Amino acid sequence: MSGHESTYTPNSAFERWLDKRLPIIRFANDTAISFPTPKNLNYWYVFGAILAICLVIQIVTGIILAMHYEASVAGAFASVERIMRDVPFGWLLRYVHANGASMFFFAVYIHMFRGLYYGSYKAPREVLWILGCVIFLLMIATAFLGYMLPWGQMSYHGANVITSLFGAIPLVGESLQTWILGGPSIGNQTLQRFFSLHYLLPFMIAGVVVLHIWALHVPGNNNPTGVEVQDVEKDTVPFHPYYTVKDGFAIAVFLILFAYFVFYAPNALGHADQSIEANPLVTPAHIVPEWYMLPFYAILRAITFNLGPIDAKLLGVIFMFAAIAILFVLPWIDTSKVKSMRYRPVARQFFVGFVAVCFLLGWCGAANPDDAVIKSLQGEASLVVSYTADGALATSTYKGGEEAYEAARAFMASLPAAAAPSLEAVLAPTFQFRHLSLILTFMYFGYFILLFFIGLGEKTKPLPESIHKSVLRPHKAKTGNPVPAE
Amino acid sequence: MTAETTHPTTDTVDDDRRNFIHIATGAVALGGVGLFAWAAIDQWNPAADTKAASALEVDVSKVPLGGEIRVLIGGKPFFIRHRTEAEIASAAAVNPDSLRDPETDEARLRPRDDGTLNRAILVTSGSCTHLGCVPVGPAQGNTGDFGGWFCPCHGSHYDTSGRIRKGPAPRNLPVPNYRWVSDSVVNISL
Repeated sequence: MSGHESTYTPNSAFERWLDKRLPIIRFANDTAISFPTPKNLNYWYVFGAILAICLVIQIVTGIILAMHYEASVAGAFASVERIMRDVPFGWLLRYVHANGASMFFFAVYIHMFRGLYYGSYKAPREVLWILGCVIFLLMIATAFLGYMLPWGQMSYHGANVITSLFGAIPLVGESLQTWILGGPSIGNQTLQRFFSLHYLLPFMIAGVVVLHIWALHVPGNNNPTGVEVQDVEKDTVPFHPYYTVKDGFAIAVFLILFAYFVFYAPNALGHADQSIEANPLVTPAHIVPEWYMLPFYAILRAITFNLGPIDAKLLGVIFMFAAIAILFVLPWIDTSKVKSMRYRPVARQFFVGFVAVCFLLGWCGAANPDDAVIKSLQGEASLVVSYTADGALATSTYKGGEEAYEAARAFMASLPAAAAPSLEAVLAPTFQFRHLSLILTFMYFGYFILLFFIGLGEKTKPLPESIHKSVLRPHKAKTGNPVPAE
Repeated sequence: MTAETTHPTTDTVDDDRRNFIHIATGAVALGGVGLFAWAAIDQWNPAADTKAASALEVDVSKVPLGGEIRVLIGGKPFFIRHRTEAEIASAAAVNPDSLRDPETDEARLRPRDDGTLNRAILVTSGSCTHLGCVPVGPAQGNTGDFGGWFCPCHGSHYDTSGRIRKGPAPRNLPVPNYRWVSDSVVNISL
């Protein structure tokens, strides 16, 4: 915390000399060794350290991959194949980098849910939270840019879908899209600029991480009770060895999971279409982003209606960006003075629901929007004959089994050739993923609106007096006299 | 310290002169940053060679009757379809008022220099107006319910004039800017 006195004493003559010129050892000591940390942090608090490791892994493997990668439409796909087949340990480095992105997002989502649950976004940590949101945005941008580089089918057509979102912006959209692509469509120039930015953004992330840790060390860590540190002696322990060891253990466990994916299921989180070189003339039947973008993709596709002058496409884009933007203003949306959900029984239930909504949105994002959510509830299909009568389109519907088909065929035969009849099986209306996505989208935003109203009038549980009182067992039971149950 | 080193004008700073210097210095620095930003932003716009590659002359006499060829111009797909008499008739027979995006077949063709239409040749964009997928056509063995194109991504059906007839796509396949250079060559530009 900002108030804590430096405990560093330079021991050697060199340290004393350096301390007067660049007190870097003092800084490291105060930041990572003696930093007073609440003594009640649980394992949900280890993901910050895990994320730091993830960033280092991505930067190191990424810099090496860039030495072998060729950012050109003609050579990108082949150079990635060369990394996989010919470059010594290229397969390892690329699988670590590709799965590293997934592990990075896995950790950041837990880190964010942790912050949401324990109210880590509330005063005095608003800036800390907003910097975290900035890092998340930069991560999304970096992941999107990086996904285009292998120049596979999903790279190309995924980038096509996302860049066309900018085209939905009124007035400037089309020229903005052309500006981003550097031409009428995705081409060599687009790949080169995306590669340049994919290399740049991780260092910007590293810069914001420095600010994030700075903003963390001014008020100090939040903790599962949400009660601020009152007595540094009783409420905190030094970061080292207590949390270096705890974080170190968690990192080791996390790396086991990471290694499982790299060595045993390196393509489990990827998409088969990425193994086909990009072809602008052939679109994959089902374009999906990587798993960590699916909830936002579901929100984008959930909006299929126009709202006044705003058409459905633009509205979807607005909702998708709003889903992230709302996190930035969360510190001022949540009206509750109590930080931790431990003491907010009502809000806590909605939090559990919110987590479930995020997972379900991910499920919707992976599905075809027109598919039935519950296949067994899908009713019987009917046969529809479409034909032209008096210049207008007309239809005739048949239901049932074989007889319906015979009847439809007979009807088609009875029509004149100019009617150009065609036959199609139309599925009965059912509860589709597009409907579920829309409901979940409103629930996603509803959670934040609810936080505003719940905070105004909720009855919270009593907070512990202090951090150390919350972790020490009450002494009553030691008196020897049996205490009647309350 | 001697009296000489004390600044003689400390008490009489001319704020106006000082502000002028501050603002003028700031303006020059900002102007420099702004001019550089212009260059830094504009370099992302299409380069001259990219723009130059955004037009193409196509010899339509090579397109087989009932078939089509697909060309990429600046990375964007375009269809050039040689329609049969039946396909032309079915495109013309439709009442445009019954369509989602009302357009007559004539409005989707460009006249030759003498003002006549070549109804057999249809030139359209090759990206579905729904989400930009490339529809399949006669060469892929699926022309949809209306004999034109079918988009496999989300099931949009286009007729033999490239007009949307069924499915999620909101608009007809756009007709690009093109002109007849001769009786058998069209120049398509973005």
